[in-house]
Amino acid sequence: MSAATTNVGIVIVSHSPLIARGAADMVRQMVGDSVPLAWCGGNPAGGLGTDVAAILQAIEDAWSDAGVAIFVDLGGAETNSEMAVEAIGAPRAARIVICNAPIVEGAVMAAAEASGGASLERVVATAEELSPS
Amino acid sequence: MSAACQITPMPVVVRIGPLIAACHSEVVLHADRLNRLDCAIGDGDHGTNMQRGCEALLAERRQLETMPLAETLVEAGRILIMTIGGAAGPLYGTLLMELGRAIAAADGAEDFPAAFTLAVDAVARRGKSRPGDKTLLDVLCPLSELLAQAGGSEDMPDRVAALAEMTVPMRAMRGRASFLGERSVGHMDPGAASCAFLVAAVWRELNGERGA
Repeated sequence: MSAATTNVGIVIVSHSPLIARGAADMVRQMVGDSVPLAWCGGNPAGGLGTDVAAILQAIEDAWSDAGVAIFVDLGGAETNSEMAVEAIGAPRAARIVICNAPIVEGAVMAAAEASGGASLERVVATAEELSPS
Repeated sequence: MSAACQITPMPVVVRIGPLIAACHSEVVLHADRLNRLDCAIGDGDHGTNMQRGCEALLAERRQLETMPLAETLVEAGRILIMTIGGAAGPLYGTLLMELGRAIAAADGAEDFPAAFTLAVDAVARRGKSRPGDKTLLDVLCPLSELLAQAGGSEDMPDRVAALAEMTVPMRAMRGRASFLGERSVGHMDPGAASCAFLVAAVWRELNGERGA
């Protein structure tokens, strides 16, 4: 298996496609193709918001057997990501974590950690260190 | 196909197609007001988002009518989650999906208030909220208690409108409105408002009353 499928995947979910894409660009600049990465942003009508179907697709695109760490901006992104994880269901849902971390810094830090082959738990912990507890 | 369901002391028959049409009409009627309420303390799209969800239900109503009630509710919840696009999607979607699951689990033992209570509890978990946080739970939780104690109310539309009104002096503790802190006080919660409109529309439809 290539590094891209054995390293933890990163998913970025923003209300704004511009923010999601920009954060993903920053991740790519940091880690290249060594980490599975996908992003989504915008509601089903193309406005600001989030879309469960798009989140599901992003999780599929960034899927890794090592797990997936999701980074979100505001409340609806988190709640809709939770719905997407539930829709994926067991056993894969147990290997997906929605991180309590700032979306840009969290995604970049997590990707850097993931690119070295760290476990999902390690990747999530690194990102969540950025959040005040 | 119709399914019997007790929401008031009198057994009523749920006709899914007209029920969806009634909810859709109600949301379309009030979409601008919901957007304005959301502009004050959120991102201004609650009416638009709810309308998109209701339009999706309307488009699928023929199929939804052919299912048993429990399955209809689960599928309708799934449609709302996939189409609303805001935080309201998972909240209303969870309400309908869990209501459907609770009715299915009851397996014919018709206790709508008990099923509704389970569904409202699931919404509270989904939103990590409780009554008093200035959310749709400020309508759903008292409604759940009213259904459990009295099976309903003659003046349900007025009762739920008053519940939504009670969110005005509350300080938002969840969602984007919570970022405003004290400035969220003095505005009705848009989720509570849409909830009151929808409950009123459902109540009128189930009780054979048309129009606002």
